[in-house]
Amino acid sequence: MTTRDKILEAVRQAQPAYQELREPEIHIHQEEDLAAQFSRTLKAIGGQVYDLQALSEIFPWVIEHLDRDQRVISMIPELSEIAEGVNPQADPHSLEDIGLAIVQGQFGVAENGAIWVTEENMGVRVLPFICQHLALIINKKDIVGTLHTAYARINHADYGFGTFIAGPSKTADIEQSLVLGAHGPISLSVFILEE
Amino acid sequence: MKELAHAALSARFNEDEPRVDWHDETLWWVRQKRDKMARSIPEWEELREGASQVKEHVLSHLSEYLEMFEEEAIKNGVRVHWAADAAEHNAIVAGILKGHGIDRMVKSKSMLTEECHLNDYLKEQGVDVVDSDLGERIVQLAGEPPSHIVLPCIHWKKEEIGELFHKHLGTPKGNADPQLLTHAARLSLRKEFLTRKVAITGVNFAVAETGEFVVCTNEGNADMGAHLADVHIACMGIEKLIPERVHLGIFLRLLTRSATGQPITTYSSHFRRPRKGQEMHIVLVDNGRSTQLGKADFRSSLKCIRCAACMNTCPVYRRSGGHSYHTAIAGPIGSILAPNLDMEKFADLPFASTLCGSCSNVCPVKIDIHVQLYKWRQVIVQKGYVGAAKKIGIETMNYTLSHPWFYRMAGKAGRWVMRVMPFAVSNKLNPWYRQREMPRAAKTSFTDWYKANKQAAGDNKR
Repeated sequence: MTTRDKILEAVRQAQPAYQELREPEIHIHQEEDLAAQFSRTLKAIGGQVYDLQALSEIFPWVIEHLDRDQRVISMIPELSEIAEGVNPQADPHSLEDIGLAIVQGQFGVAENGAIWVTEENMGVRVLPFICQHLALIINKKDIVGTLHTAYARINHADYGFGTFIAGPSKTADIEQSLVLGAHGPISLSVFILEE
Repeated sequence: MKELAHAALSARFNEDEPRVDWHDETLWWVRQKRDKMARSIPEWEELREGASQVKEHVLSHLSEYLEMFEEEAIKNGVRVHWAADAAEHNAIVAGILKGHGIDRMVKSKSMLTEECHLNDYLKEQGVDVVDSDLGERIVQLAGEPPSHIVLPCIHWKKEEIGELFHKHLGTPKGNADPQLLTHAARLSLRKEFLTRKVAITGVNFAVAETGEFVVCTNEGNADMGAHLADVHIACMGIEKLIPERVHLGIFLRLLTRSATGQPITTYSSHFRRPRKGQEMHIVLVDNGRSTQLGKADFRSSLKCIRCAACMNTCPVYRRSGGHSYHTAIAGPIGSILAPNLDMEKFADLPFASTLCGSCSNVCPVKIDIHVQLYKWRQVIVQKGYVGAAKKIGIETMNYTLSHPWFYRMAGKAGRWVMRVMPFAVSNKLNPWYRQREMPRAAKTSFTDWYKANKQAAGDNKR
């Protein structure tokens, strides 16, 4: 008998009588203005929020916030003027010196300020983690209230890797003092695009 | 019989009183942050109930979900391993490393690998492991285990960390600025992330329906390790399963709010398939879980999602420190998990509680922790795993409470002693006196008082 079969047999013997999976009864409370709630929550966890009328408004922001010699990278074709493209076949280690990555997010979650991003948006999985600064873009209409709605929206989507990103990388391991920029990006800027 | 370890280790922790107060207040502050978050969600109690029911369902159907998860994970291109115990888990991990001829790796937080003492084992095998969570890195450099499952170095002062980093990372002597120290660790660990070919992560939730698993961190260390490594090994206990992706909505709403009072961790990463050219392994570990599952009184401890809310609220944990529990998972939940692994070694832990029930009140998956602590005490006493002093105490108490004449006489004698010669009890020979002032003894017993006053009240009525 393999270990697998032994474990499964032991679990089968030990598990109690079948208990049905019921639809949990959760009465979700949702705020009226999801965009406002999203921005407020994200700022509270260390993110910066900008409202945009057009994507091109990012250009001056990038020029203002980054040194000229820092690498800016993005999968978004409209940003090719200010950012190099991402080669999905690239060795992840080659992204070590990225200053700013600009990534399209799929939607935001108002209750926790998180943005859902999958491998397709990143190009290379490590990109939103290894860059010094991260910018995420979402459409204002793509903000949901809670994680329940978020997973209903993700539904059976097929992805190899996906992540919720909520704010810049952080730690409070030293005497509970909050420090932004643990291992991932030091800052997160979120651009909310009005359509 | 040996002295109860928790009591002895807490006594050591309690030698430095200002430090105990600081530890206590820090954790209580985290607990308060959790309260604030919980209260901001009107449906909080429904979430707890929902999470509890989903987990109970999973435990009743665990073998089927394990098979489903395995099948899906394999379809996703992931290699699945099974380990009956810690030794087998460690051997599997070492085998993967050996297969690639690798002797250096990076690891993000995984309480399971702590439970299995993986680091010690790999060290013996000549493998260099770097813990990448900042708190874990600190305790690793100090040669200690974590004292808390979410805040591994909560017992360390920043000045001490400054000293430690000065020695190991070359930070300026005497500098204890958390910003500077964190930055030094960032630079040092970045080098490790970029050069190590194997990364180990833990697993917060594994989804049976899709074969994916979710890893939550604030620092981004699990992702930095996993996405840069050629080989990603994810180690998980078999109880981490949930049925469907949609259930993550419930658990991720509860987890970080309960743990640190944040609305969610910075990263909640869903790993489903290895990236192109990468190898992904999942190690499913039993290590006593199937035994615990068979114990009706204790199986619900397997619902735990490792948020540590029970530790942050526990009046004993806050004042005794994580190391006093001498097990990988400290605090109330650790005290009901550990006796299942080794009842004799951890016989002291279910007694390291006031049974106040605060742990059960904050538990996001509604484990009746304090009830299980109480039940473990019954089991442990019956099996004879308590020390002589406690045994005599329990027997004396049993005799006293079941013989009213003796109870009355003992009460009278006690009150007389405490009134007439308080020095007889208020001295160092009385262990109860060590951290406490003895109460002033009443002149009469409650029974006598009640008799007299009931009489008087009755007279008034008449």
